[in-house]
Amino acid sequence: MRGLVAIYRKEMGHYFVSPIAYLVAGVFLVLTGFFFYQFVAIFMERASEAAMQSMRYGRAPEIDVPGMVIRNFFGLLGTVILFVAPMLTMGSYTEEKKRGTMELLMTSPLRELDIVLGKFFATLSLFALMLLPTALYQVVLFVFSEPRPPWRLILAGYAGVLLLGAVLIALGGFLSSLTENQIVASMTTFGLFLILWVIDISARGSSSAMGEVLQYVSILRHYDDFTRGVIDTSSLVFYASLIVLGLFLTQRSVDALRWRRA
Amino acid sequence: MIEVQKLTKAFGAVRAVDDVSFTVGKGEILGFLGPNGAGKTTTMRVLTGYLPATSGTAKIAGYDVHESSLEVRRRIGYLPENPPLYPDMSVASYLDFVARIKGVAPAERAGRVNAALEMASITDKRKELIKRLSKGYKQRVGLAQALVHNPDVIILDEPTIGLDPKQIIEVRHLIKSLAGNHTIILSTHILPEVSMTCDRVVIINKGHIVAMDTTAGLTAQLRGGEKVLLEVHVPRGKDKSALHNMVAGLAGVRSVQTQALDGTGRYRVEAECEKGHDVRSALAARIVSQGYELFELRSVRLSLEEIFLQLTTSDEIPAAEGTKR
Repeated sequence: MRGLVAIYRKEMGHYFVSPIAYLVAGVFLVLTGFFFYQFVAIFMERASEAAMQSMRYGRAPEIDVPGMVIRNFFGLLGTVILFVAPMLTMGSYTEEKKRGTMELLMTSPLRELDIVLGKFFATLSLFALMLLPTALYQVVLFVFSEPRPPWRLILAGYAGVLLLGAVLIALGGFLSSLTENQIVASMTTFGLFLILWVIDISARGSSSAMGEVLQYVSILRHYDDFTRGVIDTSSLVFYASLIVLGLFLTQRSVDALRWRRA
Repeated sequence: MIEVQKLTKAFGAVRAVDDVSFTVGKGEILGFLGPNGAGKTTTMRVLTGYLPATSGTAKIAGYDVHESSLEVRRRIGYLPENPPLYPDMSVASYLDFVARIKGVAPAERAGRVNAALEMASITDKRKELIKRLSKGYKQRVGLAQALVHNPDVIILDEPTIGLDPKQIIEVRHLIKSLAGNHTIILSTHILPEVSMTCDRVVIINKGHIVAMDTTAGLTAQLRGGEKVLLEVHVPRGKDKSALHNMVAGLAGVRSVQTQALDGTGRYRVEAECEKGHDVRSALAARIVSQGYELFELRSVRLSLEEIFLQLTTSDEIPAAEGTKR
């Protein structure tokens, strides 16, 4: 446990002086801020058009602007983090191997799991810190909408983003532990996430048995539930299993370093 | 304290370490001497549990390095060939991190970090970022890292590499001062380092141990093999090869090299003798009786440097080339 905390602290310290972490967080916030603004603008416009129509034809407008903005915003967040997560995990193990510090960690009285979990929680914390400023956007919604938007929807959305992020970080960490090269790590991770994304898109249109299976294993389909404010046990179990799988594979791969290092 | 038995490590078809056995007693300093690529680093990596052995066993403090790796890792401090540093950390926070992962109790941590800084004489650099340090200072931070948890066994892979002469002397003194309380293995390809710091030497070449003794013993053992240096004038009717054969034919002479000295008709002969054979009088008698003129005869003792080269250079490289270096 003490080893885990030491690794966690070291990783966090590293992130705070790393230009990559600031760069990724900055790009992430610019992107999400821009899309948040776009969503608000689009739905406001639609709502005012609907209001104009109702004045002419006498039908009441039924557009829930804050609800639409929140749902679309979290939907977009799910896609953006597919691109952001590889940047956060690519250096996790490759850097240690390149600097030779893996040799220090491996010859210290640490369990492999301490190393793996310490790194995982550190990256997840950085990810959560990156998400934190987006809460400001929700505050904006709260201040300016009447009636107030449902806070449960927002909480479910954040729970979904954090879980999806944790899955991606666990899988990305594993791919990083397989190679010594940051570029290779980020490209393979990126490729894997792209495949996951494509699977999701192709599964959505299909109604065959295969399509249904794909829909079930698509990590984004489960994420949709969260953006609609539904926290389904099956989604929780699905995500938890993927996180455990990713961490388990990483632990095996770190352990295997002892066997194949030349 | 350290017991290595029939240790073999193969990378594919290449045996980097082949059937190596040695022991190190508590408080001893063992020097691991060999040319680059001899298998020193591989042996050390097996001892630290970083690499598994192909066959054979290694035990530290009674624990098998592979089976009880965690117990072994608790007891060792290790400086790899390239010091494992985090460039973005300050020296003090790096040592604090290492103390944490080595399991130093929280109450002792600050004290141990200060002690390590003191020992490696880098206290004045404690706030400095590691990436701003020169190579010599980085090497010393690496050394401090291996000492911070006060381990029973310290394994140092080329600890003085990259240091300037003054720093080398300081580090050697530091290593010597650690003996007694700590058991130390250090590898090097610099001979004086071994004779100055180590109690015992293992000379390794191409994965094999070629010699193992105390520093004094090793010198003495091979000092028996003395060299006799001759300067001889060869009369008419005799030539270089006759001289060569005559010296080589003498009992107790292991090898002979003959070299013409320009313009004098004299030859310089280097005869290497076997241990325990003093051939000087017999050689002098034979040379004179066969009509050669003897100008000089003296015995030369082999330095540790020459012994090392003798043990580690293979047959295809002529010894003369080696000794000139």
